Amino acid sequence: MENWSDAETSILPLRVSGVTYEVKGKRLVEKLSFELTAGSLTIILGPNGAGKSITLRLCHGLLQPTAGKIEWRDSSMARVRRRQAMVFQHPIMLRRSAAANISYVLSLNKVPRNQRPAIVSAALEKVNLSALADQPARVLSAGEQQRLALARAWALQPQVLFLDEPTSNLDPAATRAIEQAITAFQQIGTKIIMTTQDLAQARRLADEILFLHQGKLLEHTPADTFFKSPQSAAAEAFLNGELL
Amino acid sequence: MSDLSTAFATAVNLLISFDHNLVEIVVLSLKVSISAVVFATVIGLPLGAAIALFRFPGQGGITVLFNTLMGLPPVVVGLLAYLLLSRSGPLGSLGLLFTPTAMIIVQTVLVVPIIAALSRQVIEDLWTEYEEQLRSLGAEPERVLWTLLWDGRFSLLTAVLAGFGRASAEVGAVMIVGGNIAHVTRNMTTAIALETSKGDLPLALGLGIILLALILGINITVYLAKQAAQH
Repeated sequence: MENWSDAETSILPLRVSGVTYEVKGKRLVEKLSFELTAGSLTIILGPNGAGKSITLRLCHGLLQPTAGKIEWRDSSMARVRRRQAMVFQHPIMLRRSAAANISYVLSLNKVPRNQRPAIVSAALEKVNLSALADQPARVLSAGEQQRLALARAWALQPQVLFLDEPTSNLDPAATRAIEQAITAFQQIGTKIIMTTQDLAQARRLADEILFLHQGKLLEHTPADTFFKSPQSAAAEAFLNGELL
Repeated sequence: MSDLSTAFATAVNLLISFDHNLVEIVVLSLKVSISAVVFATVIGLPLGAAIALFRFPGQGGITVLFNTLMGLPPVVVGLLAYLLLSRSGPLGSLGLLFTPTAMIIVQTVLVVPIIAALSRQVIEDLWTEYEEQLRSLGAEPERVLWTLLWDGRFSLLTAVLAGFGRASAEVGAVMIVGGNIAHVTRNMTTAIALETSKGDLPLALGLGIILLALILGINITVYLAKQAAQH
């Protein structure tokens, strides 16, 4: 499988220093500082309203921090943008076929026209959607749409993939299919940064945990450590399923 | 009651026999309204998209203005156009008054706000839905515009057809600037108005049937376009 990002240098690590994000005077995340390196799968955990999705959007560049800095090793913003992708909680599909949704992002990324069909079918194959290639994307089920969103990201072969609660609306079978696709990304060396509400999923997938509570980063530890001996009272309560 | 049934029978005969007068009037109507809608689409669609996508001061005011202009009374537009185009008016030297061109101009003026206001709504709703995804994918502004126009194509077609409905059914403006001159500027609606006042009901009714059929056709197309837009 061709992989035109492999030969290039990594945009990682990602360094977040003192990042605060405010809307109308309300601090949604506050003084976040952490560094994410290549290789591991990072899961951002925390209760509703902890600032998980906002942190993801800040890192991806969809939101601009009110204060603080977000830096990648690569200083070219254009390259950094091109080498990351995001899959949203509710994937937005364009009003065209599943296959056309993938070739659309290839055309945005100026992949030569004659190379697109092969990449599109490989990406659909990866998420078991080949049979639905010509279906209108918006009539697919929620699980199929999410897999298509992952295929769309797969076609771009990003170095970093952000996932915002990718399985929160899905049944167990669909969730398993998504997790398999996430594992496939990991196998080709993609850095995964994802949020989830699902503790069992975090246990299955995470190498390291960022634990957020009320907009603050309370823990940044290897997953084993986090689940065995959380350092903050909030994390312990969260793991015990207590209301925060 | 028998008047009505006689008129109706005669009207159907006119339709079946492709009466020369009737055909002439229908052709002029379609020519004027289709031209007006084409011009109004070329002006209104980009205008609506621009109002939807660009942030500028007074945006809310412009939106309200266009929504208001959707209800522009045709006779008022006709009157203003008449003042501009009449011999003594500022554009009098062009000699456009009482020509099909003048009719196209007034209908374009009436239809632009409809297409602009409806397409603004379509594009704005679509942008709300697509914004994060398209920004995440790194789509450039020009590409964003084309993507929204393409993905909104069925709803935008509805806007254009609504404009056509307005143009083809309107009578006040074309009556004033066209003058309802036989074989020159007489279209379906002005002919119906005239023939009704003259008491020649069959021709009026025949034209009325065609006009209704046309509008029915438009609504069927709008319905199908909306169905298609669901996907």
